[in-house]
Amino acid sequence: MQFEFLLEQVVNGLVLGGYYLLIALGLSLIFSVGGIVNLAHGAFYALGAYICVELTSRLGFGTAVAISPLAVALLGILFERFILRRFYTADPILSLLVTFGLAMVAEQAIRMIWGAAPVSTEIPQSFRGSVIVGDFLFSRYRLLILGVVAAILLGVWLLLHKTSFGRVVRAGIERPDMVAALGIRLQPYMTAIVMLGVGLAALGGAFFAPITTVHPAMGAEIMTIAFVVVVIGGLGSFWGVVIAALLVGVVRGIAIHFEPAAGEASVYILMFLVLLVRPRGLLGERIEKFE
Amino acid sequence: MIRYPRRTVLRAGAAFAGAAALGFPAIVRAQAEKIRIGHLTPLTGFLGVIGGYAQLGVRLAAEEINASGGILGKQIDLLSEDSINPATAATKAQRMLEQDGAAVLLGEISSASALTIMQVAERNKKVFFSTGARSDALRGKSCNKYSFHCDIPNTVMVNAVGTALSQQGMVKGKKFFTLTADYIFGHDLLKAAKVFFGAHDANLIGDELIATDVTDFSPYLLKVRQAKPDVVCCNLAGNQVTNLVKQYAEFGFPYPLVGFNLNTGDAWAAGAGNLSGIWPTVWYHTLDNPTSKAFVTAFTKKYGKPPENHAWIDYVTLKLLAEAINSTKSTDSGELIAYFEKQAQFDIGKARKAYFRSWDHQLVQEAYPFTVKPKDQMKDQWDMLVLGDAVPAANDPLETIYPAKEQNPCEMKA
Repeated sequence: MQFEFLLEQVVNGLVLGGYYLLIALGLSLIFSVGGIVNLAHGAFYALGAYICVELTSRLGFGTAVAISPLAVALLGILFERFILRRFYTADPILSLLVTFGLAMVAEQAIRMIWGAAPVSTEIPQSFRGSVIVGDFLFSRYRLLILGVVAAILLGVWLLLHKTSFGRVVRAGIERPDMVAALGIRLQPYMTAIVMLGVGLAALGGAFFAPITTVHPAMGAEIMTIAFVVVVIGGLGSFWGVVIAALLVGVVRGIAIHFEPAAGEASVYILMFLVLLVRPRGLLGERIEKFE
Repeated sequence: MIRYPRRTVLRAGAAFAGAAALGFPAIVRAQAEKIRIGHLTPLTGFLGVIGGYAQLGVRLAAEEINASGGILGKQIDLLSEDSINPATAATKAQRMLEQDGAAVLLGEISSASALTIMQVAERNKKVFFSTGARSDALRGKSCNKYSFHCDIPNTVMVNAVGTALSQQGMVKGKKFFTLTADYIFGHDLLKAAKVFFGAHDANLIGDELIATDVTDFSPYLLKVRQAKPDVVCCNLAGNQVTNLVKQYAEFGFPYPLVGFNLNTGDAWAAGAGNLSGIWPTVWYHTLDNPTSKAFVTAFTKKYGKPPENHAWIDYVTLKLLAEAINSTKSTDSGELIAYFEKQAQFDIGKARKAYFRSWDHQLVQEAYPFTVKPKDQMKDQWDMLVLGDAVPAANDPLETIYPAKEQNPCEMKA
């Protein structure tokens, strides 16, 4: 019985990891291609949640979850064009400052538009409750999220590895100078990557709006764990982030099973250990421009 | 594109993320030559949402008092700031008393921060009204002469809900699983719950201590299911309650969820359709009496939404403080304490008047259990709760639901 309970926590951890992945993947992509640590990433996650809540009351949950990330991705164009683009070659401290400032501006803007008190929405009736598969209990709603994350993961992988777009992006991560020498401008690709990254964060926010507190500071809340995932996974590696996200979810679940008090600390201990053994992160590649 | 060492960038990134967690105080300040009153409440973090309401309430009270001539003919100069965490709360309290010349302090929701402010108040020999902190220990073994406690303590919340649960046959012989906030408030509430379970033949089969920054409760919910309890009981605080309530609705367990602590703000944040069960409250905006109604009208007019219970308690506290200063014609700590210890009665917007009990400085007042209105019967998004009968019952003395002297280790030094 004890073992089954543990296994249940492991499986639940994988589901939670899938959700962390939505936030961390974009953060990692933007850093890999543009070299910018986007501290405003959480703001897009929060915006995704708020837009979803706002639209749910008018259009229903399904439509809201689809539109919210698209709307945020469009905002991503402005974000890349008018802000990020100026900082690709600048001292990183400047991009940290500007994205940090933007995160604060976004949080206050949300407070001005929607108020300081949380807003709420609920899961559609058809996705409420849990299903029991074999010996395991799943929240029906989280299974839905897991399915969507799996589909997105496949899509992003295909985009990066099987299309000419992806080839340029990957070349841009490794050797931007070479890409430039070949006469390819990386900027439109960067715009697309930022759209994808912040759109994924918004999707995470939209999906979590019905099961967590939707409040102005929620963006800041999610950033720490997203950072942990990116650092553990290692830079420039698609699968590194995937594995790290799942690992973080699982380690937290196991820790809570055996030693609940260590539950929240466990992911930081994991990060510490990974960095001790592999300072580059689990699957981080040696990338010249970052060394 | 860039040529910066990856680790430098990540390190700086982590530093910024850390700095963001510290939060930024909202500082409200007016001119000197007035009666300064210091107000501290959490505006960020897991209690930030309900703290926001507290700040709106105390500001409204100050405006009303000033509009009607102030206290002793002087206007109130209210300094209201984010208390952030226990250490910062103490630093700010000290600064307000020492540098800003505040005559009295009030506020707070976090029991941990209230405790540090109480120590500052005692050291400076100034009165502090802990308006929203509920830990029994504050008015128990940690009590001091300069601190007054306005919200109902944990024991009263447990008694209010426990009595209602007992009447429905949900206590005796039942298996309880509790989820508890991992700080002084939660520990204290769990202790009060254990006393109640012990006295009413209920079994506590499991408890999980949960850190205040947890947002995903799924691993804990799995442990609840593995334990197969009869009733799940929430001893959490602030955003924790909202997150638990939403995720409990998500998993749809058959075990009823009840709680020994809830603030209306958390219920509103959870939203209609997610909350169910029996919970306690100290005040709700539908209470039908003139003082309460006048406050609700003024608050709604000013802020465009009804007040939450922390808005109410910070509002009535500043009002009763003004009444005390006007009566004693002094802001001297000794005179104020003597006035309150005579158990002066105050209209706080409830059927029965309230008073500070002389020996532990607890504001003795009614409390209420509540259930949740079905979604289709709600007039608006704020109309969520159905209040049960006030506890204690109308013909019982108010003090019957509070810890008696032999149960409460409060000893005040002269």
